[in-house]
Amino acid sequence: MNTIIDFINRYYKEILHYTSRHIYLVFVSVAIGIVIAVPLGILLSRHKKIAEPVIAGISAFQTIPGLVLLGFSMMIFGIGIKPAIIVLSLYSLLPILRNTYTGLIGVDASLKDAAKGIGMTKNEILFKVELPLSVSTIISGIRISTIYIISWATLAGLIGAGGLGDLIWIGLSTYSKDYILAGTIPAALLALIVSNLLELLQKLITPKGLKVKR
Amino acid sequence: MEIFEKSLEHLYLVFTATVFSVIVGVLLGIIAYRVKHLDKIILWLTDTLQTIPSLALLAFLMIFFGLGDLTLIIGLVLYSLLPITRNTYTGLKDVSPFLKDAAKGMGMSKMQRLLLVELPLSFPLIFVGIKIALVTSFSIAVLGVLIGAGGLGSIIYSGIQIQDVSMILKGAIPVTLMAIVFDIFMTFIEKRMIKKAKN
Amino acid sequence: MIEFKNVTKKYGDTVILKDLSFRIKEGQFVVLIGPSGCGKTTTLRCINRLIKPNKGEILVRGKNIADINPVDLRRNIGYVIQQIGLFPNMTIEQNISLVPKLLKKSKDECIKISKDLLQLVDMSYEEYAKKYPSQLSGGQQQRIGVLRALAASPYIVLMDEPFGALDPMTRELLQDEVKKIQKKLKKTIVFVTHDMDEALRLADIIIFMDKGKIVQMATPEEMLSNPASELIEGFLGKHINNLVNLKASEFMKTKLLKVTKDKKVLESIEYMKNKEVSSVIVIDDDEKYLGTVQIEEIKKRGKAGNTIENLIKEDNFTVNINSDAKDAFNILLENSLPYVVVLNDDNKPAGIITKTSMAKAMGDKLWGDEA
Repeated sequence: MNTIIDFINRYYKEILHYTSRHIYLVFVSVAIGIVIAVPLGILLSRHKKIAEPVIAGISAFQTIPGLVLLGFSMMIFGIGIKPAIIVLSLYSLLPILRNTYTGLIGVDASLKDAAKGIGMTKNEILFKVELPLSVSTIISGIRISTIYIISWATLAGLIGAGGLGDLIWIGLSTYSKDYILAGTIPAALLALIVSNLLELLQKLITPKGLKVKR
Repeated sequence: MEIFEKSLEHLYLVFTATVFSVIVGVLLGIIAYRVKHLDKIILWLTDTLQTIPSLALLAFLMIFFGLGDLTLIIGLVLYSLLPITRNTYTGLKDVSPFLKDAAKGMGMSKMQRLLLVELPLSFPLIFVGIKIALVTSFSIAVLGVLIGAGGLGSIIYSGIQIQDVSMILKGAIPVTLMAIVFDIFMTFIEKRMIKKAKN
Repeated sequence: MIEFKNVTKKYGDTVILKDLSFRIKEGQFVVLIGPSGCGKTTTLRCINRLIKPNKGEILVRGKNIADINPVDLRRNIGYVIQQIGLFPNMTIEQNISLVPKLLKKSKDECIKISKDLLQLVDMSYEEYAKKYPSQLSGGQQQRIGVLRALAASPYIVLMDEPFGALDPMTRELLQDEVKKIQKKLKKTIVFVTHDMDEALRLADIIIFMDKGKIVQMATPEEMLSNPASELIEGFLGKHINNLVNLKASEFMKTKLLKVTKDKKVLESIEYMKNKEVSSVIVIDDDEKYLGTVQIEEIKKRGKAGNTIENLIKEDNFTVNINSDAKDAFNILLENSLPYVVVLNDDNKPAGIITKTSMAKAMGDKLWGDEA
């Protein structure tokens, strides 16, 4: 135990550096994922016929082990942050996309009919009715995505993107307990903290009207 | 052929882990369902295990269990607990209260009720949990190479190291195929079960 | 106000509306009714262009609605559905002022609109404005649904079985309120229902549809007395058997206050005060009907010591005891009389028909047998 505390004291700057790189990778990838997946989800909710095949296709992507895609990406784009972010962004798509789509089509049809009937334009219906009612589901998707990416980002170290994976990897190759812990503990903590934060966000963003009861 | 050997190894690791995670997971699910206050703790614990990045978990376990297959299997079991435990718990909870009442009224003991009524009725949902656990394990087991375990991960990793696309594919395709095949197969059985239950 | 000209609507090979033509006047409460699949809801939804006809024209205030931007059209037509459709993520106030906001009305205007409308249904702004739909009962929610439809002061309000999902008591309450609101605000309402009771209660005009065509378009009374087909008779069911061919005698009050023409003025006033009435029937020595006297007239023109003979009002509306109750009904309502005198064949007063005696008798007819 003592050695670990010593270790952390000595190297906390480095640990912080790896952690912040890790956060950076996750943040950028999930942000890209949101920017692509949410509009795509909205689009698919208007064209349900192609929704199933598209989602199934992206879903197939997820079964490919992270290591493989990272490896390919590295071969095409070289080592560093860029190839990692490309792969991680791809991985972040599915949960966000699926939840956006499911959330939107789950809005009560009679509400959409009422909205149309009282004279709301398609955009007004989307932004004032459909999205507010789906936001909880969408954030849930973002949360699941983020946890995946935090996990897969640990592999990013193998292709030179940095992050806590580097520490873990050094630890594994040199059988150094300290390095392993220096990498795994922050990674685990990061995942848990972010997960809880996003859950809190989900609760806060849910429109009040959906939470109160008689 | 190396691929064949490694594929079998991979299958062995995933299956072994899944068997244990089913045993432990279902047990935990039952306990969560039956013992009043443990449900929150058990669900929280299994959820936390899944939230922890898989590589971190495996590396951490390595400290205690060393390199090799055992560590990977333990990691896979821990990682698969959530889907199985949560689905067991939810499945048992969602059994119609009327049926539970009828069983009680017929004079069944709690154990009999569990084994003869509640578990059978929850089986479809538990099966889905097992499916999720199994399919995701294929992907995670690839990381086994990093902690000295066998499996297709070693082929993939070697391929990355020497930047050989065909080698990466030699490892990646079998594992992806296996995952997809099992996914489709188990989904098919799942749908059949639902149909049967409806009739 | 609303005119359908040869409107036809098909889905594939199925014809929902067949060459439909009719006209609705401004301020009318029109009810569309008929068996399932007759096209009543489709007709309604054509008016605000949620459904587009394959053939024909629909004119609102003289303009073909196909030439108007559908969103603009709908913002000027109120729309109430059976599932209520209040947006759960918005407060009551936000729901009500939704269309005014879309029409870019100011915040103050919106608040005023919400306040005024809530008052119409006796719900206080302070108590309800910031609540959410999930906090209200079904009946309250649907009231808000109606208010939301009225918020932008549309000239037409469409209602698609709005009270179908409510319990019978709430349903009756809301029916009364809607009728009241309609009379007050003079809106044109097109209302779809499959409940004949509801139609008879609410409608100025009933349009009965079957298989995409109009079977009969008439007032409730007309439809009751002359149903155009067996199908309609079936719908009217118990109503028809009880209310047609009723005689005045079944509707009258027999307890009468009569005075002879020789009664003195002061005595008459005393008598009417005692009995707490403002008028009495006057008869001659043979007990034949002469007319009535009003207490106000006596007070104004009566001279103490004289008889009331000069003060008799003779131009009263009377009916014979065997005449159709409907005639008495019409006379009563059209002339805003307090009562109509029913005479025997020998001209002797047999009774009077008041609004109350009428209501009582109808109540007995409708429900007395089932009690």
